Amino acid sequence: MYRSNVLVCGGTGCTSSNSPAVIEAMKAEIAKQGLEKEVCVVQTGCFGLCANGPVVVVYPEGSFYAGVTVDDVPEIVEEHLLKGRIVKRLLHVDEEADRDVLKSLNETNFYKYQHRVALRNCGVINPENIDEYIAMDGYAALGKVLTEMTQDEVIQVVLDSGIRGRGGAGFPTGLKWKFAKPNQADQKYVACNADEGDPGAFMDRSILEGDPHAVIEAMAIAGYAIGATKGYIYVRAEYPIAIHRLQVALKQAREYGLLGDNIFGTDFCFDLDLRFGAGAFVCGEETSLMTSIEGKRGEPRPRPPFPAVKGLFGKPTVLNNVETYANIPQIILKGADWFASMGNEKSKGTKVFALGGKINNTGLVEIPMGTPLSTIINDIGGGVTNGKKFKAAQTGGPSGGCIPAEHIDVPMDYDHLAEIGTMIGSGGLIVMDEDNCMVDIAKFFLDFTVDESCGKCTPCRVGTRRMYEILEKITSGKGEMEDLDKLEELAEYIKENSLCGLGQTAPNPVLSTLRYFRDEYIAHIVDKKCPAGVCKDLLTFTIDQDKCIGCGMCARNCPADAITRTDYIAPGHKLASFTIDASKCVKCSACIAGCKFNAISKK
Amino acid sequence: MRKIISSLPFKGTEEQKQKLQAVIEEHKDMAGALMPVLQEAQEIYGYLPYEVQLMVAEGLNVPLEEVYGVVTFYSQFSLSPKGKYHISVCLGTACYVKGSGDILNKLSEILGIKSEECTPDGKFSLTACRCIGACGLAPVITINDDVYGRLTVDQVKDVLAKYE
Repeated sequence: MYRSNVLVCGGTGCTSSNSPAVIEAMKAEIAKQGLEKEVCVVQTGCFGLCANGPVVVVYPEGSFYAGVTVDDVPEIVEEHLLKGRIVKRLLHVDEEADRDVLKSLNETNFYKYQHRVALRNCGVINPENIDEYIAMDGYAALGKVLTEMTQDEVIQVVLDSGIRGRGGAGFPTGLKWKFAKPNQADQKYVACNADEGDPGAFMDRSILEGDPHAVIEAMAIAGYAIGATKGYIYVRAEYPIAIHRLQVALKQAREYGLLGDNIFGTDFCFDLDLRFGAGAFVCGEETSLMTSIEGKRGEPRPRPPFPAVKGLFGKPTVLNNVETYANIPQIILKGADWFASMGNEKSKGTKVFALGGKINNTGLVEIPMGTPLSTIINDIGGGVTNGKKFKAAQTGGPSGGCIPAEHIDVPMDYDHLAEIGTMIGSGGLIVMDEDNCMVDIAKFFLDFTVDESCGKCTPCRVGTRRMYEILEKITSGKGEMEDLDKLEELAEYIKENSLCGLGQTAPNPVLSTLRYFRDEYIAHIVDKKCPAGVCKDLLTFTIDQDKCIGCGMCARNCPADAITRTDYIAPGHKLASFTIDASKCVKCSACIAGCKFNAISKK
Repeated sequence: MRKIISSLPFKGTEEQKQKLQAVIEEHKDMAGALMPVLQEAQEIYGYLPYEVQLMVAEGLNVPLEEVYGVVTFYSQFSLSPKGKYHISVCLGTACYVKGSGDILNKLSEILGIKSEECTPDGKFSLTACRCIGACGLAPVITINDDVYGRLTVDQVKDVLAKYE
């Protein structure tokens, strides 16, 4: 029995911020002080507050230290662990005044609005130790379904809970299971979509890194419900930590007899294999993912037949997303009513969002469905960085759209977001401020879909490229007003006629920005200006002759020798000012970065 | 995704060949073996030149064009060797809105290579990658296994200097 537990985040965010070195230093320092029998150091999954990593939490006090470096470790060990004095300067606080109040974790703005179901074990247990998962009721749900429930009862509970797929499409999970169960076959499969391809989303990665057993347990439950004995987890190769933890978890589950033959002494046999994605966004689409597991080019297949009838290797298959699975054991243990009590009428439960972009508290948040966007941005997220103005939030990645400032109070659920032309998607939430150009953002996503289109169907392969070309024309100042009509016409055609979800949703970022930021498109086309100052071809760099003190920093920074001294000396200054030759300027912004007097502007 | 095919001669060793043969043998009877075998083959050789694809095709008894089709479909598979230090610049949305495009341009300018290319001395290769999931630290680049977050254009030169 340890008197203190030191939890250090080992998620990708904090690992990138050097948390492994903090863990090593912590263990060494604790040993040096002779505390290794009293204090336990645990590497956990993601706490969510990636912006302030590495994160260290010391229990029983619940002290939440942020931005901990190796140099801080001796102080934490000596002061906190040895002498029992909390190191206030390292605490994560909302305001400086809170430093002495010692709020608990759940009282801080970042955590107080959250409700952790899918993430309940992330940052709480050591994901590489199955005993810790079991101590948190792990595998109790699997035991319950195998020994107390029929297949139909399991499906009914999932149906009643109202849970819908967390991968983006929002299809009711229970229905998927119900369709797959009656189909007779010599082999059925359960698959997990962990090919989190939406750029800017990392919910699934954090769950796999922080609580891999929850997904394994849920897949076994799904296997029992539909009568499958084999499953596959298709995980991105770009997630090495998640893959490692899954491998460890699978090995431990097999050793404990929780995977394999005759689980819990019943007739039920189930085992799982890992397959690694190889960097193709289209493989997040269910039929493409299955084709890829089969070892082929990950191209989509027409539906019907649906996977529940003819999926992986031509057999009935149920495919769910990581976050969907992570909810299942809790639904079984606590009941459908408990789950359905969270969220709102048509969107039950909670949703994890990956908060990124121009926001202070970047990281992972889990909130009840229907929480207003403004709560996420202003309260949990701590507002836009550098005090800038909120312009829009982008959800659903390359398949979604944006939420402009006028809709900041929109409830975050499937239907309200669909109403305003975007989608909940897998949960990526990127905040943009006044310095982001919405035409450029639309172009960014189109560039992504053009690159990731698999090429099988023409509307997507050719159509997205034509749309991209029009956007390029607009951002380089050659656009005409009729291009906007062409964009909309093409968009509708691509949506209607593409084979899979990638093409059917690819025009959304363009349609959504056209809907809310049409004036920005018009500024690019008619005035030949980029209001946000992003689209280089439309910018002119000028030096304010009266602000320039003539120091010459800009001329030294300029890679193109486009800046020269003039004869003009502004009143009150000693040296002649500088000017930019527009014909030589490469618009790299190096001059602006170097100017300490805010004398240079781009418009 | 467009692939750049290397013109460098293939320099595989006997040891690499034996490793690959062992991998093929192990996966031979598995359903959907092609992708896992190619992934391990790329681990062994660093990239997947024609010669390696041929060995995989013959070993697994799949047509070479199917192997080539899979190799060119997925962005992870490379037809040209990587540099001693492989730099990936994340162009995911969170990194992009925080200026990772400028960082890619700066790297390209300093190294004199474009994305998906390798410097002539074989030291650095550069690629633009999709989200690596460290969005909280945007903008992010990785050099081999080292991660550099919250990077600014000004810091690029100093970061590269560590690998001189």
